[in-house]
Amino acid sequence: MKIAVLSGKGGTGKTFVSVNLAVVAKNSTYIDCDVEEPNGRLFLKPEDLTSTAVNVKVPSFDVDKCVGCKKCVDFCRFNAIAFIKDKPKLFMGVCHSCGGCAIACPSMAIMETDRQVGEVQKGRYKGVTVVTGVMNTGEESGIPVIKGALKQGLDENEITVIDCPPGSACSVMESVEKSDFCVLVAELTAFGLHNFIMVYELVTLLNKPLCAVINKENGDYPEFNEYCKQHNIPIFLSVPYSEELALIGADAKIAVEHDTKCQEMFKDLLEKIAYEVKGAGKR
Amino acid sequence: MKKLLILSGKGGTGKTTTAAAFVKFANAVAIADCDVDAPNLHIVTKMNDEPINMDFYGSDKASIDTDKCSGCGKCYEKCRFDAIISKGDRYTVNEFACEGCAVCSLVCPQNAVKMTEDKAGELTLYAGKKVFSTAKLKMGRGNSGKLVSEVKGLMQQATKLTQLKQEKESVAIIDGSPGIGCPVIASISGVDMALIVTEPSLSGLSDLMRIVKTASILQTRVAVCINRYDQAPKKAEMIQKFCEDYDIPFVGKIPYDKQASIAINKGISLADISCEATSALKKVFDATMKLLELE
Repeated sequence: MKIAVLSGKGGTGKTFVSVNLAVVAKNSTYIDCDVEEPNGRLFLKPEDLTSTAVNVKVPSFDVDKCVGCKKCVDFCRFNAIAFIKDKPKLFMGVCHSCGGCAIACPSMAIMETDRQVGEVQKGRYKGVTVVTGVMNTGEESGIPVIKGALKQGLDENEITVIDCPPGSACSVMESVEKSDFCVLVAELTAFGLHNFIMVYELVTLLNKPLCAVINKENGDYPEFNEYCKQHNIPIFLSVPYSEELALIGADAKIAVEHDTKCQEMFKDLLEKIAYEVKGAGKR
Repeated sequence: MKKLLILSGKGGTGKTTTAAAFVKFANAVAIADCDVDAPNLHIVTKMNDEPINMDFYGSDKASIDTDKCSGCGKCYEKCRFDAIISKGDRYTVNEFACEGCAVCSLVCPQNAVKMTEDKAGELTLYAGKKVFSTAKLKMGRGNSGKLVSEVKGLMQQATKLTQLKQEKESVAIIDGSPGIGCPVIASISGVDMALIVTEPSLSGLSDLMRIVKTASILQTRVAVCINRYDQAPKKAEMIQKFCEDYDIPFVGKIPYDKQASIAINKGISLADISCEATSALKKVFDATMKLLELE
């Protein structure tokens, strides 16, 4: 069972929900796909860490073989290659590593070399396998690192929790695509609802079963409940705002290990999700 | 005109709340929302003028003509983005994974792959007494960096065209996105300073370090403020100490205030009400303007 946790808006509590779900599941895998700002590792403090480099391919040019036909320049849709003083030059930041220039070159003057864009760390916290994708600072795209993290963690345990990046762009799609169930974490504000709708549409488009989890509930925002009702979105959990929980979170402590009420809430959430996933299989 | 970008690294620390209040404090005539995959500034920065809407085209997308396709699988073999789906010897394109590189069309011996334009989002521009440029990326799409550059570009062009006052002492307010990747890198280029809004937590600090490093690679000045500092005062001290150690200007801290979310849910900014957070945010604003030499 692969559970993706996402939110659209940042800071609603994706990592909070993911980490606590993984811990109550006991034997599970936690995968941090928020590779630009991975924080699950701060909570889970994994031991026996191993690290694998994530590389992408970039072209390098053999100027002796290059005949100056500029077929590579014409082919590249990202304008990553230019001819400067009759020599091909690569603009690394915009290269998508598609490999097309090497195929397009008629004189075999383009070789591909590895360039590291991040790493995947793997370790353990109790029964939880902790997989963290970390993108290097200054890099543009986290997609290769997300792919690397998913590849290392997806099939290891019965239960996998995928902590997704915020937003609703390609990186979220990549993280969600292989999941069986999506947990949409929301906060009860106009901002929260607006971004919740964006990810709800994304998840619906992928035909994934889903539920909403309200975090930091502090006062009313009836518009949210109305939206869920209208679209038949079940709200599986509502975590009330509390100063204690905020402090536990600030210290990067695991809430279910410090708060029995929280533990019950997350056990209940996991049960509900498991029931839905199994039910969906039967239907 | 000076350009101030609001960033955070970690999401949900209060970028948009800060940006919306700064717009009012500064009486800004040029505003942009660069958080194109979760834009929210328009909710609290209401415009009365009719907007101009424009389509945004990202990379082209591949599609396979099944009549022409011989099922050789070369496209499947060469695609680096797992965007070609194979079912036996039938191949189709996953539009969400396709990055538009056209390698599939290059290697297809049957000429069965077509690259077509793809609407990847929509730009919205308000250009009345104030210019407000915003956009929404279509879900699951890439190219957010390109869209961010267009949002900023439109703000600049429209400000010039409408001949709004552009005295040196005016400031453009740009709301950024969380993270450190392509939309952030695109939004940072050309700004005079980035104000980083963080929160007092270990996650906030870790993300702050990563965004500070990214900004320094891109040679952009930063300043830092802490939102909801009283939720974890010790962590707030830790962040303030980090800023001191690295010579990063620290422009203030804002208390947790329930009034903030109440204001937002009413569609107004913190500058429109009077509460503890408002006065703290005004101090942050004044300190930021001082750094920008816009007193």
